[in-house]
Amino acid sequence: MFFTSYDFLIFLLVLFFLYYWIPGTYQWRLLLAASYFFYFAAGPEYLVYILTTTVTTYAAARQIQNNADRQKQYIKEQKELSREEKKEYKNKQKKIRFRWLMACVFLNIGILAVVKYANFAIANVNGLLETLGGDSQISYLTLAVPLGISFYTFQAVGYLIDVYRGSYPAEKNPFKFALFVSFFPQLIQGPISRFGDLSQTLYQEHSFDSKVLCCGLQRMLWGYFKKMVIADRILTGVNTIIQDTGTYSGAYIFVGMIFYTLELYADFTGGIDITIGIAEAMGIRVQENFIRPYFSKSLKEYWRRWHISMCNWFRDYIFYPVSISKRMQKISGFSRRHFGEKVGKRIPVYLSSFLVWAATGVWHGANWNFIVWGLCNWAVLMLSEELEPVYEKFHKRFSLGEKRGYQIFQMGRTFLLVCVLNLFDCYSSLEDTFWMICSMFTKGNWQILWDGSLLALGLTRLDYLILALGVILMILVSLWQRKGKVRERIAEKGYPLRFCVWYGLFLLVLLLGAYGIGYDSSQFIYNQF
Amino acid sequence: MEEIRSKLLEILISLHPDEDFENNHKLVDGKVLDSFDIVTLIAEINDEFEVAVSADKIIPENFNSVNALCEMIAELMEEE
Repeated sequence: MFFTSYDFLIFLLVLFFLYYWIPGTYQWRLLLAASYFFYFAAGPEYLVYILTTTVTTYAAARQIQNNADRQKQYIKEQKELSREEKKEYKNKQKKIRFRWLMACVFLNIGILAVVKYANFAIANVNGLLETLGGDSQISYLTLAVPLGISFYTFQAVGYLIDVYRGSYPAEKNPFKFALFVSFFPQLIQGPISRFGDLSQTLYQEHSFDSKVLCCGLQRMLWGYFKKMVIADRILTGVNTIIQDTGTYSGAYIFVGMIFYTLELYADFTGGIDITIGIAEAMGIRVQENFIRPYFSKSLKEYWRRWHISMCNWFRDYIFYPVSISKRMQKISGFSRRHFGEKVGKRIPVYLSSFLVWAATGVWHGANWNFIVWGLCNWAVLMLSEELEPVYEKFHKRFSLGEKRGYQIFQMGRTFLLVCVLNLFDCYSSLEDTFWMICSMFTKGNWQILWDGSLLALGLTRLDYLILALGVILMILVSLWQRKGKVRERIAEKGYPLRFCVWYGLFLLVLLLGAYGIGYDSSQFIYNQF
Repeated sequence: MEEIRSKLLEILISLHPDEDFENNHKLVDGKVLDSFDIVTLIAEINDEFEVAVSADKIIPENFNSVNALCEMIAELMEEE
């Protein structure tokens, strides 16, 4: 049941009606039932995976919480204990809690690894065996990847680590926790919510408020516009280019990478708009996942604005713990002694971020392209970090930093860099990606940009016109967002203007949405993760 | 506390020489300190004050101002 299917819209209509019709105390229960119905519709065989994650994480978090509570009680009661005895007791209890944490994390990440990466590992082992001249090959597994497994696993693991760290107490009600893991709007493409944030409104009672409902529907409408009018339309051009490496190279790759980057943005942010809009229509607050990423002036800034919940997850649960771990401090100490103070200080940051970017690549897919994509991001970020003093000197010397023209240049540069890196996402082999990137600089067929060749990519003049207007609208909305919430500003206007804006957008989705004969509204790109 | 404060300011200024750390109370929220700075800062704090800042302490509230950082360090020194 895709967000763009009629079934889903009927499902939502019924849900919204029931949500505001039943007593408030039953609302979260209804959401749990709706979420499991949504997941069941995706494939009943997947239920076992999400149930396993829910049950094991709930149980482990309760064990950790009970242990922490017992520890507090014991310390309170045993007043005669010396400082050292207390410390020893605390360390012992912490080890018990750590074991619960690691057992649950290994189990759930293990499930994710097996269903998502086992065949990738087998393919690599088989390739190695073949290279070594062996005849035997390992058979591939026939496991379907459960819907949204990367998202709900990360969300559950994040919750468990937070409970272990004492950021908030473990949820007592298993059904409430089950809703946190399975909340359907964010189940398939995020954001990866924190329990401390989502739980504030998820279990609350919400009485009907037409303004709240309208606000959510408006956000959804904007998401559908981005997904169906822009992303699904441009998809035809992207597929034509990337699926035929023999015909389409050189300048076509330049066009393809721009198209793909726009498609990815419209698709992913559109999906998140729908997610946030659905939640908002029911009075539930889901965190933002993007802050105008293509207005970033550097790759570092881009990763603070793109897929924020995933980046924060990797930062808080991998980057920080690894970079400040005792092992890393030892490595840092060793490096300081042998390579000097400056290098020694940077080693923990560079090694930890290498690990994070490799993991980010793996998270995106079981393919070497994604891993190389992650490591290329890492390399550019580290290079920028090293060149920071040079940039500073340059900016001080020429005072360009505050100039509008230079800022636009920085944004354009970052956008093109992201476009090139995204090419790893388009092709299925590293070899193809490499040659396609090279062909952009060597083929010299730039005349295709104006000789009408672009009209042979499956997109008509009308499609290009709609895309251009759609992209201009997205840019304008992003510019307006800098001055405050766009919907609130529209709401302040008179009725005729509001009517024109929202019904106009609705008509645009209805008339220009890429569906009907020749089009089939596609799955969201991030569903596959 | 004053000793912690002056040593801490030295460390912070070595990270960003032009920043007014005394009066900035949004070091993390205002993006003055990024994740790389925080890791470097923690390594320096661990060395200088012989404490161990754990990952659960890395929240904006503890790193947003010099005062908050001093309080966290003093608390960790007390625990040690």
